[in-house]
Amino acid sequence: MKMSGSQVLVESLKKEGVKVIFGIPGGAIMPVYDVLYDEKEIRHILMRHEQCAAHAADGYARATRGPGVCMATSGPGATNLVTGIANAYMDSSPVIAITGQVATHLIGKDAFQETDIIGITTPITKYNYQVRRVEDIPRIVKEAFYIASTGRPGPVLIDVPRDMQTGVAEVDFNVKIDIRGYKPNIEPHPLQVKKAVDILVSSERPIILAGGGVHWSKAYGELLTLAELLMAPIATTFMGKGVIPENHPLALGCIGMHGRIEANKSIMAADAILAVGVRFSDRSTGKVDEFCHDAKIIHIDIDPSEIRKNVPVHLPIVADARMALKAIIDELIRRSFKGERSEWIKRIGMFKKECEDSEPSKELTAVNAIKLLRKVLPENAIVATEVGQNQMWASLHFRVLKTGTFISSGGLGTMGFGFPASLGAKVAMPDVPVVDIAGDGSFLMTEQDLATSVVEDIPVTVMILNNSSLGMVAQWQRLFFGRRYSHTDLKGVPDFAKLAEAFGARGVRVNSLNELEQVLHEAVKSDVTVVIDVPIPREEDVLPIVPPGKSLKDMIY
Amino acid sequence: MGEYILAALVEHKPGVLHKVSNMFRKRNFNIESITVGACETRDIARMTITIQGDEATVEQVVKQLQKLVDVIKVSRLELGRSVVRELALVKIYTADSKAKSDVVNYATIFRGRIVDVSRDSMIIEITGSPTKIDAFVELVKPYGIKEFARTGVVAMSRGLKSLKVEE
Repeated sequence: MKMSGSQVLVESLKKEGVKVIFGIPGGAIMPVYDVLYDEKEIRHILMRHEQCAAHAADGYARATRGPGVCMATSGPGATNLVTGIANAYMDSSPVIAITGQVATHLIGKDAFQETDIIGITTPITKYNYQVRRVEDIPRIVKEAFYIASTGRPGPVLIDVPRDMQTGVAEVDFNVKIDIRGYKPNIEPHPLQVKKAVDILVSSERPIILAGGGVHWSKAYGELLTLAELLMAPIATTFMGKGVIPENHPLALGCIGMHGRIEANKSIMAADAILAVGVRFSDRSTGKVDEFCHDAKIIHIDIDPSEIRKNVPVHLPIVADARMALKAIIDELIRRSFKGERSEWIKRIGMFKKECEDSEPSKELTAVNAIKLLRKVLPENAIVATEVGQNQMWASLHFRVLKTGTFISSGGLGTMGFGFPASLGAKVAMPDVPVVDIAGDGSFLMTEQDLATSVVEDIPVTVMILNNSSLGMVAQWQRLFFGRRYSHTDLKGVPDFAKLAEAFGARGVRVNSLNELEQVLHEAVKSDVTVVIDVPIPREEDVLPIVPPGKSLKDMIY
Repeated sequence: MGEYILAALVEHKPGVLHKVSNMFRKRNFNIESITVGACETRDIARMTITIQGDEATVEQVVKQLQKLVDVIKVSRLELGRSVVRELALVKIYTADSKAKSDVVNYATIFRGRIVDVSRDSMIIEITGSPTKIDAFVELVKPYGIKEFARTGVVAMSRGLKSLKVEE
């Protein structure tokens, strides 16, 4: 059958099961939008900024653990996606970005709204394509989804010149793909599994360090089974937050610069670390030379280049996290191993006790607001965060009770990510309450998409922890720069409640924990987005903190 | 620190060299030389990459190359068991007859070829290991080098071992 490139593209997306596209039209992508005008199976959500389209697709991807799609025109539309694509790349999120491009004969001529988006996104995508023949579109789309969502997931961009959208061709959708340079290894090597089990059963103080890879391979069940079998506590990286219900007795919370005390202390005391789906980022390890150098590290990752990239490893297992954990469990069962380690567990219990919360105050602080939010929200609620203090408070004090319900920008640390990501998550899970834990600085970076949430009927709750500052920078200025608050004072502008109302959302400023509790109860049930402005003390710090460049042992708390 | 030579088979299509060189830049790896050429199979190109670094760096370079979708195969060549060649064209001032005869002599000793002669200069084509080319250049420098171009290294394992994509 003869079809236009635009029809082929949309048809190909449907064949990949795409239900939602987050995007904004423009000159160089109009033929595709013309096809979307009549499209019934795909919901297109009109965003107000392309960065938000990419973040929303990312939030959608994280909520579903499958691909999320965003679309933009050439030039500024495409470059506005860049932050969102880089964010997805750093956190291994399968975002498919489709961009319009000027017609093939204009490429390289500095035509109107032309930009070399292939060149720009090469370092921040897992792969990218520029369509050169209409006939190639079904194969390109199929490969793009395959590459994005298998192995270590990551964003893939498809750049479609305008003449490829309008060009008509005889197209075969029945394409088989075989990418000879891309064959991710998913099965663990049996000998490596045996060696890993040797290390684990002979260790006295084993710990599991779980990262984002556990989310992407949905290895939640295996992780918990293994931890209970070994009697090994689970610490997570920030990206791994929520791989285990955080009220589980073996859960320690996050390690790292703003890790929980018990997690940092436990990992530094361990003699064997089973690291799974982590990349040992500088924020997680602290000073890397002093990170657990006495412990034997087993590193499971599907990306071979992560092995020994940042830390020396005793035993690598290149495999899908879930399959590797399953193999280790099977081997432990074969050896009839049952962990006890009462000494180790007792010691962990002491670490935990040390940092048990003191009697909660009634003050309206960030920490109290977050704990209250947990109390109000049902277990299955999804929480997204912005970046900065709000994010680290959430990491420390918001206990995730259902796996995979915490969404945050870890690697890139993108302020403005949380709100559009929460919209994406809400679209994916319309029956689940979604909350963005925000800061006043971050929220203002993508607040225009309140319009999207109202117009497209995507009600979420935004809880702004408002200290009228770029709080994390201000905290560092307080701790490491002699209180020289260079350009971090936001002067209390804007009035967030009024801002929300201007968009047709509900806006409330609360003045006490009691008020906050009441508003939160209403917000969770609200059919329109609610923005809650929560004034918090200006000098409330995120603690503990490992000063930059220091070892996890040097945590200040 | 040492010198390492990698050979990579890559998809022979537009943009692949950019993807490879971009990876080196973004990961802060240094390329000493990189050469690209066609293979016996039409849709595959072969790259030879020379890098300076330690063992850990080279391990990362190999893995990061393998991670690129357009890179099909990567192999580390053992320097002692590989044929390593580079070609250079050297244009040398040879205004007087002594210079002419000296340069011709040197070229003969180095098994170079005289590929162009003009009134006051000669182009010598010389092939060999990079150190051989360096040595030749040192030798003729006093006469004055007018222009110099070298290809970068191509290399191949000796004997049965070979880098090939199975059909």
